[in-house]
Amino acid sequence: MRQTVELVSNQGTTADQEMDTSPLAIRGLTVTYGEKPAVFSVDMTVEPGKMTAIIGPNGAGKSTLLKAALGIVPPVSGRVQVFGRPLEAMRARIAYVPQRASIDWDFPTRVIDVVMMGLYRELGLLGRIRGHHRTVARDCLDRVGMGDFADRQIGQLSGGQQQRVFLARALAQDADLYLLDEPFAGVDAATEKAIITVLKSLRAAGKSVVVVHHDLATVADYFDNVFLINTRKVAEGPVAEAFTPETLQAAYGGRLATAQIDQLAVVQG
Amino acid sequence: MLLDALLLQLGYNATLVSVGAALLGGAAGISGTFLFLRKRALVSDAVSHATLPGVGLAFLVMVFLGGDGRNLAGLLFGSAVSAGIGLLCMNWLTRNTRLAEDAAIGAVLSVFFGFGIVLLTVIQTLGVGRQAGLEGFLLGSTAGMLLSDAMIIAGGSALALMVIILMRRPMMLVAFDPEYAAARGLPVHHIDMLMMGLVMAVTVVGLKIVGLILIVALLIIPAVTARFWTERSDRVVVIAGLAGGASAYLGAAISASAPNLPTGPIIVLVSFLLFALSLLFAPNRGVLAAVLRHQRFQRRVHLRQGLLALAQGQPIYEPLTLRLLRRAGLVRADGVATDKGRARAAKALRDEKRWELVRSDLAHEAAAALYDGLREIETVLTPDQIRDIDCRIGGPQEVPA
Repeated sequence: MRQTVELVSNQGTTADQEMDTSPLAIRGLTVTYGEKPAVFSVDMTVEPGKMTAIIGPNGAGKSTLLKAALGIVPPVSGRVQVFGRPLEAMRARIAYVPQRASIDWDFPTRVIDVVMMGLYRELGLLGRIRGHHRTVARDCLDRVGMGDFADRQIGQLSGGQQQRVFLARALAQDADLYLLDEPFAGVDAATEKAIITVLKSLRAAGKSVVVVHHDLATVADYFDNVFLINTRKVAEGPVAEAFTPETLQAAYGGRLATAQIDQLAVVQG
Repeated sequence: MLLDALLLQLGYNATLVSVGAALLGGAAGISGTFLFLRKRALVSDAVSHATLPGVGLAFLVMVFLGGDGRNLAGLLFGSAVSAGIGLLCMNWLTRNTRLAEDAAIGAVLSVFFGFGIVLLTVIQTLGVGRQAGLEGFLLGSTAGMLLSDAMIIAGGSALALMVIILMRRPMMLVAFDPEYAAARGLPVHHIDMLMMGLVMAVTVVGLKIVGLILIVALLIIPAVTARFWTERSDRVVVIAGLAGGASAYLGAAISASAPNLPTGPIIVLVSFLLFALSLLFAPNRGVLAAVLRHQRFQRRVHLRQGLLALAQGQPIYEPLTLRLLRRAGLVRADGVATDKGRARAAKALRDEKRWELVRSDLAHEAAAALYDGLREIETVLTPDQIRDIDCRIGGPQEVPA
């Protein structure tokens, strides 16, 4: 499966063929809150085995795009395919890391319990938690550098550590497509480094990673592809082609100073 | 008398009531916990008040059909239907209008309850059937409880518990992180409805004993009580079940031991007592523990600051600091450090340097997270690790003991 995916390049394939092989293909997706569209008629085709950043100004619909792709937010219109099949059939191959702020960290649960939630499907409704489940959960915590924190209550963690626990839960799912919503927002340098290391190891293992990202300065360093959005799609493709002063200007409008844009272009050039 | 009641020696009726109440309390505590952890505890208040019109309507229907208007199964069925309608109304209001959930709860609660009271008044003026006793559903009444009534309560509670055991994982996942649950393909909306449906079922079977006004206490207080004692969700559920069962059993026994003590309110008071005890005395989360912790913390801060001041030859002005140092035999009455004081001060300064290194080193992240300026470094690092750090700091290796 992965072999054939690698062989399909962007050139010379029709849109339909892309949809058949892309880890995440979105067509004509529109999501509205009330009457105001948050995402309007967006097409997106994630390239397999790559790291893709979703970028855009505040309120541009980055998180909404991700949530609608996962069916968390109901779209007004549009189609989502995961590895060429309908979303519902492919849920087991997707791991989602929500924004850290979306939950109550005073919830009575330990770090290891949160990671164990990633094994929800394997455990089923009544299955007992066994030694090998705990081993998997601990391995995932080790991968994000949180092995020593397994028995802590989640409220005792710093913001960056909370984010890494969320990532460990996603790792426990052993998925093929990872969708992360602002994993680098408000985290310390150690966490940012730990997360990017894990994401790169996922890519090295042939997995596809899509990240809602806000820090323009690190885009060229971290990612292969970008997807620029401001309610509508602005640009999509490899960083060198789609992450340019022109596309940034189009996505951010007056919100970025020309000097800032030029500087970013230098960073990636 | 109370002891007899507790040991189920107070006759057939009292025994029925106590056992039924204990089962109900357990089921209420457990099903309420999920709603509490989902931060929707007040939904149960709307659900319970929405049962009242159903009670009145079921009574009228049964009387007009020529039956006994007070048949418990019939009344409970009616109350379940109207509570279900109330639940759907609330749900529709929150999903399809701009009303927030609290406003929807208020609207449903007051309208349904008002309608129910009107129905009860009409029934009284109609003078049909033997309507006496319908008011018992407001505050609970256990006089004349039949075995069949107790069986309904036991059966309903047992059914609710079975559903909870089966669905505990998806329900907890939704309570903790609904977005992630949705991303995993869980039907979050349906699971929410299930949680509320369970609460509704418990409310309905509890109408007879606790009454609809106070059942909310039995759903919420045990969960809040349990939260004081543990940081694990599975244990919160179990403790809430035990607390609910115990307070319902105790309350029913107390009310049976003296004439004219209402069952529902006594049960609620007992469960409040458990809550108050937990609030005050629970380790970690309790009020008393917090006060003690703060005091201990303050003393340690003062002692530490005093030692660091001694080590660096700075004067100490804070009276509390001086008093603590003197009491520990670290300074003399005139404020001059003793030999022991000088040794401890030197170690405090060295530990400060060790911590500085630990905190700047990513390899020691877990240990560094425990840094609060006070913790003894020996409690988080092994002697080998400390020796290694001392080598990196340099300087004299022997700390005078």
